[in-house]
Amino acid sequence: MGDNLISVNNVSVNFDYQENFISKKQKIHAVNNINIKIKKGSFFGLVGESGSGKTTLGRAILGANKISSGNVIFHDDERDYDLTDMNKQDLKEYRKKAQLIFQDPYAALSPRMTVRDIIAEPLEVMKITNSRQETDERVRDIASKCRLNIEHLRRFPHAFSGGQRQRISIARALVSNPKFIVADESVAALDVSIQADILNLLKQLQTELNLTYLFISHDLSVVAHVCDVVAVMYLGHIVEMGPSRELFKNPKHSYTKALLSSIPSIDPEKRSEAIELKGEIPSALNPPPGCVFRTRCPNPGVDCKGGEIKMGLIEVEPGHWVDQCCAL
Amino acid sequence: MSHLLEVKNLDVKFDTDEGRITAVENISLSVDQGEVLGIVGESGSGKSVTAKSIMKLNPGNTSYNEDAEIILDNENVLQFTSKQDLKKIRGGKVSMIFQEPMASFAPAIKIGAQMVEQLLIHKNINKEEAKSISINMLKRVGIADAEKRFNQYAFELSGGMRQRAMIAMALSTMPKLLLADEPTTALDVTIQAQVINLIKDIIKEYQMGVIFITHDLGVIAQVADHVAVMYLGSVVEKGPVNEILKNPKHPYTKGLLQALPDINNLDAPLSPIPGNIPSPLDRPTGCVFRTRCPHHNPEGKDGKIEMKLIEVETGHWVDQCGIKCGQNG
Repeated sequence: MGDNLISVNNVSVNFDYQENFISKKQKIHAVNNINIKIKKGSFFGLVGESGSGKTTLGRAILGANKISSGNVIFHDDERDYDLTDMNKQDLKEYRKKAQLIFQDPYAALSPRMTVRDIIAEPLEVMKITNSRQETDERVRDIASKCRLNIEHLRRFPHAFSGGQRQRISIARALVSNPKFIVADESVAALDVSIQADILNLLKQLQTELNLTYLFISHDLSVVAHVCDVVAVMYLGHIVEMGPSRELFKNPKHSYTKALLSSIPSIDPEKRSEAIELKGEIPSALNPPPGCVFRTRCPNPGVDCKGGEIKMGLIEVEPGHWVDQCCAL
Repeated sequence: MSHLLEVKNLDVKFDTDEGRITAVENISLSVDQGEVLGIVGESGSGKSVTAKSIMKLNPGNTSYNEDAEIILDNENVLQFTSKQDLKKIRGGKVSMIFQEPMASFAPAIKIGAQMVEQLLIHKNINKEEAKSISINMLKRVGIADAEKRFNQYAFELSGGMRQRAMIAMALSTMPKLLLADEPTTALDVTIQAQVINLIKDIIKEYQMGVIFITHDLGVIAQVADHVAVMYLGSVVEKGPVNEILKNPKHPYTKGLLQALPDINNLDAPLSPIPGNIPSPLDRPTGCVFRTRCPHHNPEGKDGKIEMKLIEVETGHWVDQCGIKCGQNG
């Protein structure tokens, strides 16, 4: 499949929901009919508010959530893996190649393990190395790539600050030599000065180790800075997708426009030109029919107000896709 | 005219098993009626401790220095010891909005009951009046179905709604001073924009003084009139918001601004501030920022220059060591 690493084809993820044991079973439509292709070596950004389904999609791509329909293909050098049709052996192989970096570096690291053991654990669990010596070598190698001191390896996580802990989480994710990394809000819990450091580190490791990222974040300025391609999610759908510079310079969907205008400007003289969205994101239990954004859309067209326009992306510029309701 | 709030030479120390920690050192701030003072800084810089001192809400192992003064409405809060006096400030003259509204509402008591309870404590009114004040306030902050929400629990509300309810509760006693501690940090940007606009409207309408604590310089630019930048318990720079954000002098303020991803300037590299914030247990002597300062001058490096704010422009104060370092880069 040429230069794509991941193809997500018509993927939906539903969860069963029952309010209590006598009430009717309902479906939560967390992710609906998503199509994305992640190029090898790209920094693919996924943005959206809480409840938009970005984490669910990220986890589905890693095989951590069941995919209800559609499929995800991982294009490795020799062969393709289909995530919806995988035996145990394949899944083990895939786990070595696709890893996750979490949001909260305080919760993600076991307080009872030394940094060395935390980083070495994936190697041992996946039986990648054969001797302790080999394990130690790989741990030291990846630790220095993540700019951790060798003497830090003997300490426990409590001795480290947030930024250092996040570097430990990154080292742990990278130790199995993966090709694909899902970074789920990996800088959200960090202070700005540290956030910049971690973002630079991720960028640097990307070139050094040939990584491809799916970078999930709610922070548009961060995404604009690091990602090449961005998809904007709302209520389980991608409403706009394209090369990041193009998308941020020339947003087409009213949701993207509203998100961009909501970022508080650093210039005190430019106070609030935010397009204020009324209300909140509707429940995924019964999303509005038609365009999912129409209940909050600041300038809905006549047709979409009634929910007659179905969701569907159309290409407005090469590589720039917008949901048809707003594109028309 | 005297200020609504004036904090003078405040030190806050905590006694812990590992020793005495200096959380805040020699802070002086003031807030006028109808004015928003923003306090920015990274985690561990002492922003929240400063705010909590105003209500004397710090834990039991806290000690304040003897010559410190927190003058609120011509009374020194630090002298208050009796429950009666403290009640006057906590929820009366001063209200606080917290970052995580889920954690600040009692989970098993209805929102309305919590709002009424505090009104009964602070105002000389009966239950019915308290209820109507509460419902009006819920409406004022933009909660639809205020009567219904009044009878609900915190978990039944969404994040943005809970934060609105928190604001309504904080405002219903008509405090003179509002302490907002990261009130928008846990919210999505679109909801954050709503809440910021709401807070700005309310400040205008009720002419209260506000201390707005955040780590987000963008939010500061949007709401604050004055800004104090804190690092490791000290104010390193303070002044009018325009001056601080457009003409920063201290290397720490400059560093914060350079580390911030700016959506309007995607070509600018993100430059982190090197190193980590030191533990308050080994707070550097002299300039607190010198262990991470990219441009330190030789004297500052040895810690020989004491921390002291100097006025460089009208109302714009910068730490004296930072002025020298700031000139180098």
